[in-house]
Amino acid sequence: MTEPARLTREDVAHVAALARLHLSDEELDLYTGQLAQVLDHAADVASLDLAGVVPTAHAMAVTNVMRLDEPRPCLDRDEVLGQAPSVEDHRFRVPRILGEAP
Amino acid sequence: MTAPRPVQETAAMIRAGEESAVEVLEHHLAVIDAGEESIHAFNLVMGDSARDRARAIDAQVAAGEDPGPLAGIPVALKDNLCTRGVPTTCSSRILEGWRPPYDATVVTRLADAGAVIIGKTNMDEFAMGSSTETSAFGTTCNPHDLTRVPGGSSGGSAAAVAAGFAPLALGSDTGGSIRQPAALCGVVGMKPTYGTVSRYGLVAFASSLDQIGPFATSVADAALLFDVIGGHDPLDSTSLNRPTPRVLSVLDEGVDGMTVGVLTEFLDGADPDVVARVNQAAEALAAAGARIEEISVPEVALGLSAYYLIAPGEASSNLARYDGVRYGVRVDAEDTVAMNTATRTAGFGAEVKRRIMLGTYVLSAGYMDAYYNQALRVRTKIIEGFATAYARCDVLLGPTAPTTAFAIGAKVDDPLTMYLSDVCTIPTNLAGHPAISIPFGPGDDGLPIGVQLLGPALSEGTLFQVAAVVEAAAPALRVPRITTGAPS
Repeated sequence: MTEPARLTREDVAHVAALARLHLSDEELDLYTGQLAQVLDHAADVASLDLAGVVPTAHAMAVTNVMRLDEPRPCLDRDEVLGQAPSVEDHRFRVPRILGEAP
Repeated sequence: MTAPRPVQETAAMIRAGEESAVEVLEHHLAVIDAGEESIHAFNLVMGDSARDRARAIDAQVAAGEDPGPLAGIPVALKDNLCTRGVPTTCSSRILEGWRPPYDATVVTRLADAGAVIIGKTNMDEFAMGSSTETSAFGTTCNPHDLTRVPGGSSGGSAAAVAAGFAPLALGSDTGGSIRQPAALCGVVGMKPTYGTVSRYGLVAFASSLDQIGPFATSVADAALLFDVIGGHDPLDSTSLNRPTPRVLSVLDEGVDGMTVGVLTEFLDGADPDVVARVNQAAEALAAAGARIEEISVPEVALGLSAYYLIAPGEASSNLARYDGVRYGVRVDAEDTVAMNTATRTAGFGAEVKRRIMLGTYVLSAGYMDAYYNQALRVRTKIIEGFATAYARCDVLLGPTAPTTAFAIGAKVDDPLTMYLSDVCTIPTNLAGHPAISIPFGPGDDGLPIGVQLLGPALSEGTLFQVAAVVEAAAPALRVPRITTGAPS
């Protein structure tokens, strides 16, 4: 397997945006160096020829875990909403998610 | 120093009304009072609710009822285990003040067994770390030497048991987070087979690797706690729906006729005093009738790299839920994306951010096959490597950690060096297997060394059986003494 290109500062800025994290210029420099170091260490894995090896996502995989479709008690609504930062009319309240209203 | 009284004995005395749960609790609260300021094992000591609970246990006994196998036994919980109405922070600012609306299944099982929850223990933030230094609420100190780390991520639970704050504790182990701090603090710590202990109510880090397990001062106490928390749970879809091994009943069965493989890859990077203790444990097992052979599982050398691709990948997905909407802290901003970003930027510490970004990167288009999928293939190879070893050996033996406890501050600025302290524990998690760390005397610096026994899936019975033999041969460790002012 060919080794992937080395991690750049732009890559880190991109994944930070995807992960909804804001980084200062200093943090960008710091994390770029540290993450590149970890990925360099992972080169032993990335460079192995493992064609045909089946990936394992779960070591003890269980499948088709179902329960009967019967009503049963669930978490108390007020107790759950009581932990939210902002609530209105029994719903989670968030800042606007679209552009300015017309 | 005499060994602490076995939990089973204390519970029996409480059940018989010969000692009260309140007395047992007050003893431990006094030890906490004397030592917690210097050790900082807890994020929260639950003195009031624990006293209520202990009184209720004593009332049950007085009424002729049996509170259960852990009657009146104080248990400390890692602060990533949900406790209804009681703050559960994962040692992160982003969950500060959060009170879960439900109990983790292990918490329910402890309650059903008569245990008294004494507090929530400090940890690396979201269990990401090997020293408890990434906690947002300050580090925990090793009770054997306050200038050293307790290990991590369950450092608070390990330190609490080592310091005598609680006879039992629960932690979680994703890449060694129970076993490594157990080794560094000189207590027993065990990571069960994936799926034997319910993860319901364990705040997720890397869901395919996380398992809850026991800390105790002895193998027998850990066995008792494992028997209480294990077993199928319909609330966890990854819970194994098959009989969980019972371990307390097999402790005395010995190792005669067993084959123990000394795992050479684990000895390679370990300090000489650690290697010497592993060899000494092997000799003790041989003297007890086991056949010892050296065994190589070359695939485990790839475990660390694979883990630091898989675990951050899963974490980046799991931690997407901390968006400032449904629970925890919110930092307000003009729109939702800005609010999400401001909340996460302020709420997460550096190590958590590092792993989220690493995970996002290895799962992103163009890199996923080279990194994440490749690591999953390595996982298959590690499982195959262990299978070859277990065709010849009943259990494997090695160190738990390559060194004794390191100094606070020594590795926290160098992530890769910190990650290397998990090199002997990670392969077990990738394989979904059980493993146990048993204290085995001091190192050259006088600090605890742990030896680790590894077994195939669902071999908990065998592991505890061998662990009991190792424990019986273990050289004495200087036990940290917390002075309460009361004669003892």
